Amino acid sequence: MSYITKSPWIIHYDGSSCNGCDIEVLACLTPLYDLERFGIVNTGNPKHADVFLVTGGINAQSEAVVKNTYEQMPDPKVVVAVGICACTGGVFRECYNIIGGVDKVIPVDVYVPGCAARPESIIDGVVRALGILDEKRAKMAEKGGK
Amino acid sequence: MITEIIFAVGFIILAPFIGALIGGMDRKVTARMQGRVGPPVLQPLYDVFKLFEKEKAVVRNEVNFYIFSYLIFVAFTGALFFSGSDILLVIFALTLAHVFLILGAYATTSPYSHIGAERELLQLMAVEPMLILAAAGFYMATGSFAVKDIALWPEPLFMTIPLLFVGIVYVLTIQLRKSPFDLATTHHAHQELVKGLTTEFAGPTLGMVEIAHLYETVFFLGLVWLFFASMPWLGLLVVIVVYFLEILVDNTTTRVRWQVMLRSAWLVALVAGAINLGVLALL
Repeated sequence: MSYITKSPWIIHYDGSSCNGCDIEVLACLTPLYDLERFGIVNTGNPKHADVFLVTGGINAQSEAVVKNTYEQMPDPKVVVAVGICACTGGVFRECYNIIGGVDKVIPVDVYVPGCAARPESIIDGVVRALGILDEKRAKMAEKGGK
Repeated sequence: MITEIIFAVGFIILAPFIGALIGGMDRKVTARMQGRVGPPVLQPLYDVFKLFEKEKAVVRNEVNFYIFSYLIFVAFTGALFFSGSDILLVIFALTLAHVFLILGAYATTSPYSHIGAERELLQLMAVEPMLILAAAGFYMATGSFAVKDIALWPEPLFMTIPLLFVGIVYVLTIQLRKSPFDLATTHHAHQELVKGLTTEFAGPTLGMVEIAHLYETVFFLGLVWLFFASMPWLGLLVVIVVYFLEILVDNTTTRVRWQVMLRSAWLVALVAGAINLGVLALL
């Protein structure tokens, strides 16, 4: 058990969603679900973040933003695609402006399907992401040790 | 001499842990005020340890030097204070520490960070007169600038300089980065400047800023305690009440503009300082 799993800070970005999943992400931070119980803080700053939550499919305009945000986050980091649009493009996948799911642009670690994804499943997705985050940290520490 | 060294070393070792416990309880009480459960009490420690697990990503190498100097000088400030040294030296060391923090923020290239640094300068300007006046008040009440002599004064200094105590509590909100004066950066989730001053600090660099803040919290609560030093337990009670009030104010007010902060802080310093020091001079 490392400290990164006890204090994961989140940044969320709305690719091109209908805003439903984004609202559900924020709902996780309300008194009812209270994500801060797990030490999770919603930062608006990629340089402080460990977990990147993306909602909605990626279009030509948001592609550069998602890439830039991802690159600004210091390692170890994980990406969670929240909602079916973020996973595959969803109902918008055939649209001329949609590139597809988040994994077309940056590597995704956890997929949370749903329309909109419920807060319970988002929390479950983040908790699963923490396991992957810990693995990445261990790998990083090993590399640094050598 | 040996007891002074013990106090200084004791502060440097223990203060981050005490500060983290205070911070953890702060977050717990804040959460309860908002109807939430809140994070574990040791959360600030987890946060700091986590930040040191992260990648060392820095915009420019100078930033690390400035932030490291900030940490060193904040620790130095507290060590001077708790070893009973000259209170003026303590205040100047604190100012120097903050100048390093501001330089660190200016050394990055982000406009958010720059505006945060400008606001930190304004916060420093707002706080400084009150601190100097408090030092003058301590001197007029006890005849010494040494924290040691002030702490060993037989009666609580609150009885002779009560208005300066009020002034110090007022600027405490600015120094602890609590709303309504959390202009430069904040512990709350979002701010109009992303994270203001600390926007460009990541991983271990941010960890150093966090540790420095823990040192500062303990130092400022020590300064509040100094007004009741002859009755240590009463002093501790006052510190707890003052900190609770800070949390309450933090949760019930919204951020003000810098003009309001600067004017009100100077007004409080001027009124409290002039009346209290004037009365002391006449007596």
